Amino acid sequence: MHNLMLLLHNAEQNPNIPTLEPGDTVRVHTLIVEGEKERVQVFQGVVIRVRRGGANSSFTVRRIASHGIGVERTFLFASPRVEKVEVLRHAKVRRARLYYLRGRTGKAARLRERQA
Amino acid sequence: MKGILGRKVGMTQLLTEKGEVVPVTVIEAGPCYVTQIKTVESDGYAAIQLGFEQTRQRRLTKGQIGHLKRRGMPREVPLLRVLREVRLRNVEDYHLGQKIMADIFNTHERVDVQGISKGRGFQGGVKRYGFRGGPRTHGQSDRLRAPGASSSGTTPGRLYKGKRMAGHMGNVPVTIANLRVVLVDPERNLLAVRGAVPGPRGGLLLITEARKQG
Repeated sequence: MHNLMLLLHNAEQNPNIPTLEPGDTVRVHTLIVEGEKERVQVFQGVVIRVRRGGANSSFTVRRIASHGIGVERTFLFASPRVEKVEVLRHAKVRRARLYYLRGRTGKAARLRERQA
Repeated sequence: MKGILGRKVGMTQLLTEKGEVVPVTVIEAGPCYVTQIKTVESDGYAAIQLGFEQTRQRRLTKGQIGHLKRRGMPREVPLLRVLREVRLRNVEDYHLGQKIMADIFNTHERVDVQGISKGRGFQGGVKRYGFRGGPRTHGQSDRLRAPGASSSGTTPGRLYKGKRMAGHMGNVPVTIANLRVVLVDPERNLLAVRGAVPGPRGGLLLITEARKQG
């Protein structure tokens, strides 16, 4: 990847995003641009994936919206559109990618809390 | 008209201040040197010859070395591996041995990027021309990627020239027009353009001012 590396590393991470781990329940405050106006939208859910890779690092949050529809959103760690990320709880998980949560709903989709 | 030679480094994504993600191709562009100036009087057309990538003496033939070290060529021009011509309308702005860096382009400028596309070998009509192939069901056999009929019957009784068929695909010069320059870094000889560019990583590219700007 030679001097591409230089480029990848010079993009800084958004300082408003803490270190995240799969299984964390988070509230992500994002700036949404609607025409002229900007407003903050909150997306709350479980981090099911954290991807590393310099400027392209991202994390995916899954939440169950109304009518039991699963919604996943991926955010870039470098994105300036993320206002704030609150970590509400950590869960004990045994794998890096929690894709198995996609097939589960309700009680089966619970994660055991980890005492930090 | 202006141009520079470069090598494709790879693709990545960059963020704008607004937080929009821009897919870019990073190009290691220059430094290039003007190794020959062709004019209508001397050669019948106007062009500059650009040299790119320093190399060792034993890598070049004596003819090539003679060309690069001939009388009138400034001393600081190194031995160059790649020589390419760029056709121009007027060559007055250039002088022999002139060094050309990535900063000839500015961000938001439009450029054309020419490269040799990746070779795909001998490919069928489905991949090469987007033919649909045949049906998968209804009793068909061996028709899945078949090209179908190639012509009508007795009239015209022959195939038209240029009939699209299976054959060699790729490894041809391809120009992508009107790519926007996203980043210019003359210190590190880097250019980034929005979108994809022909050829493999490490492939030679010619970046010129866009011909059809509108």
